[in-house]
Amino acid sequence: MIEAPVPLPAQAAVVPRGEALRRGLRANPLMALGAVLCLLAVVVALFAPLLAPYPADAGSATHPFAVLQPPSAVHWFGTDNVGRDILSRVIFGTRVSPVIAVLVLVIACVIGIPLGVVAGYFGGWLDEVIMRVTDIFLAFPPLLLALALAAVLPPSLTSLVIAIAVTWWPWYTRLIRGQAASVAGRPYVESCRALGIPSYRIVLRHILPNSVTPLIVQVSLDFGGVILTASALSFLGLGAQDPTPDWGLMVAEGQNYFTTAWWVVTFPGLAILCTAFAFTLLGDGLRDLLDPRRTFLR
Amino acid sequence: MRLAITGLQVSFGARRVVDVDELHVGAAEIVGLAGESGSGKSMTTLAVLGLAHTVGATVRGSITLDGTELTELSQRELREVRGRRIAAIFQSPATAFSPVFRLGSVVHRALRLHGMSRSEATEAASRAMRQVLLSPGLLDRYPSQLSGGQLQRVAIAIALALRAEVLLADEPTSALDVTVQAEVLEVLRELRDRDGMSVLFISHDLAVVAELCDRVAIMREGRIVEQGPATRVLSAPADPYTADLLAAVPVIRAEAGP
Amino acid sequence: MTAAAGGRQVSAAAGGQGGTLLLDISELAVRFGPVRAVDGVSLQLPPGPCGLGLVGESGSGKTTIGRAALRLVPTSAGIVRFAGKDIAGLRGRALQDYRRAAQIVFQDPDGVLDPRMRMGTTIAEALVAHRMAGRRAAAEQARDLLAEVGLDPAFAARYPHQLSGGQRQRVSIARALSVRPRLLVLDEPTSALDVRAQAAILALVGRLRAQRNLAYLLITHNLAIVSELCEQTAVLYLGRVAESGPTGALLGRPAHPYTRALRSAVPELGNSPAARVVLPGEPPDAANPPPGCVFHPRCPLAVDRCRAEVPVLRPVAAGRLAACHRAEEVLATSSASPGPAPASTAEDSPPGSTAAAPPA
Repeated sequence: MIEAPVPLPAQAAVVPRGEALRRGLRANPLMALGAVLCLLAVVVALFAPLLAPYPADAGSATHPFAVLQPPSAVHWFGTDNVGRDILSRVIFGTRVSPVIAVLVLVIACVIGIPLGVVAGYFGGWLDEVIMRVTDIFLAFPPLLLALALAAVLPPSLTSLVIAIAVTWWPWYTRLIRGQAASVAGRPYVESCRALGIPSYRIVLRHILPNSVTPLIVQVSLDFGGVILTASALSFLGLGAQDPTPDWGLMVAEGQNYFTTAWWVVTFPGLAILCTAFAFTLLGDGLRDLLDPRRTFLR
Repeated sequence: MRLAITGLQVSFGARRVVDVDELHVGAAEIVGLAGESGSGKSMTTLAVLGLAHTVGATVRGSITLDGTELTELSQRELREVRGRRIAAIFQSPATAFSPVFRLGSVVHRALRLHGMSRSEATEAASRAMRQVLLSPGLLDRYPSQLSGGQLQRVAIAIALALRAEVLLADEPTSALDVTVQAEVLEVLRELRDRDGMSVLFISHDLAVVAELCDRVAIMREGRIVEQGPATRVLSAPADPYTADLLAAVPVIRAEAGP
Repeated sequence: MTAAAGGRQVSAAAGGQGGTLLLDISELAVRFGPVRAVDGVSLQLPPGPCGLGLVGESGSGKTTIGRAALRLVPTSAGIVRFAGKDIAGLRGRALQDYRRAAQIVFQDPDGVLDPRMRMGTTIAEALVAHRMAGRRAAAEQARDLLAEVGLDPAFAARYPHQLSGGQRQRVSIARALSVRPRLLVLDEPTSALDVRAQAAILALVGRLRAQRNLAYLLITHNLAIVSELCEQTAVLYLGRVAESGPTGALLGRPAHPYTRALRSAVPELGNSPAARVVLPGEPPDAANPPPGCVFHPRCPLAVDRCRAEVPVLRPVAAGRLAACHRAEEVLATSSASPGPAPASTAEDSPPGSTAAAPPA
């Protein structure tokens, strides 16, 4: 007697991936918001020269007569201590800060995830070696390590990315390793081994997908953190240099004028806030989307 | 009737998971509530304990304990009833006790909470442990040092020490080995015979229910499809669902020859 | 045919063709640190169709034996031979072949399927990994397997959380069957299931046994299901075999006090508890087993010899082996199953098992 499947409630019925995505977006407005904001940032970055009212201000232009002007019709976000239009610099900043953050996070993932998965799944001496190396990196205060590296490398955006990425990956390795080890102990993994499925397949098709969920959230939360780390380094003179319109650098440099000219710090700060927020929303939504158990009932 | 459940409806929003017209347990009686998973047995237990709201369910209907209407009591009043007059033991003995406390302190605290003095509590605890065939010295140990069967018996001992009138046992032996299960069932029988306790025994194992219970109610999708004396229901069922369940129980085929 | 020589035993098996044993476990020992999970166990299973039951409570080592037979745990001593070859020495191609020929179905239907994979993909996974079929052909076979275990092929597109426990267990069986094994180890296949789902799984195993000439090792604490599905049974206690023999005879007239206690402890419909043998105390610590016979602290028949001397598993009747100094006595005094057979139900006997209602 063949048993027929009980019909599932409409939302939980089997849907092709495209439809599921669309439904997910509709049911999860916050994630949609995050996606839209991120998209906005990308668009702004692409069309920066067209959108910015004073594109030259994003470069080395200075206007000694328009120093520290409050927000007005001419300068929506005011001007900074050398008279540059802050709006234009914020706009061009979308080409700098978010890009640094994304690059750092991607590199950290590319290094951290494979190491973590391998350490967690195989265990034994491999685990020991990888985790001890990770521990060594983790033992250094991140900023100090990044500083040391950035000091050795020539000051540039590339060095900045490398310096921060090097201090960032160990956290991901540790996070993934715990997850991978836990997944590796589950009955379905043991059943794969019993079926003679080769290790690389088990790692790619079972361990990896089931381990990355907490990482997705962590990465999205780290976006803002990377930008701020980058700003600290840039402020100390390593990494982004003036006149590069790095948001973090703008915030760091504008601190001196905060009491008299609040706009110098606030607008770049808001830009960081918005993009970090958008990223976080996106991360949350992505995690929900990837969970096959979620029925989008809201 | 000690415990009388009438017109009980437990729902999660629009979805009703329990719809029991009538179920009662008398003094010195073991009543079995049997059914498959999802039939609503555990939700019934939670409703009787006044804990259904903790999982988001709403309760309607009447649950009386010796005449007291439990559904009308406040949470504070219910806390007096829980443990003291209605005790409960659950399926997983390993998670029933906090691993960081010695069993003695847990038992002691339960007894003191319900009004016993320090000396009374110690005395009652020792006596109850002996009644469940455990050495009182075991109370000095941590839960991890006792087996599942022993922990279940400690849980029963608490009910005994508090002189509870009703014991709700939700699948108490499902996680235990069969020889250990036999001991726990024996203890439950003693509770009925020696102490006159009323026991509502919830289980999916019809054979255990057949052996232990005086009366049995068969539950299906929230409703009771059949109830009556255990010997009658489980040997000559009136409802086809009951017959179905009984037919599915595997039977030991043993041979007489060497 | 029974023979015993210094510890090695051969248990006769009904059914199946003669020739090389499919599974030959000899003096197996598995130690986890100080804990002796398995301590000198020997079992044989001929090629299918055939069933051997491993019965025991927690700590008996039955699950570990099943895993050791599939090389899922390292062994400390003893040899496991599959179709004549020592599995410990297998490498490469031979190991892959072995992995296909011997499969296991686990107890817990919840954790045993990847929650992110659809059922069809899960079942077809091994086929694709072993290159036994291309992706499309594997999907086709997966649907056939679903039908074979009694599920509508529409289940292929579903996720585990959309299935019931019994259904998940069947998918798990389908997955094990995908590689066409000759030996199936079933580790408590029904403990987590409702009674009707349980009956369905048992019927399924019976069907598969006939259709696929399957040999299986059924690991369980449930005496009723071994009596339904296994011709031979071995009762385990603390990592050792207490007794073994044809299931019906073993359950009807036990030759070991533990079997007798176990049998009497099982609640049955229509059985009264009056004939119960109550075992005092708890199962002993596997890291510190008692001297002599490991069962003696709880045994109602223990004598001085039991405290001093470890009993050897030896033949006590035709086809029956028992590790007890007083086995003959136990056998002689064992009556048929306590209590009359229940009046209610009349089940069909599955093919292969001999069933006889004992006299009242």
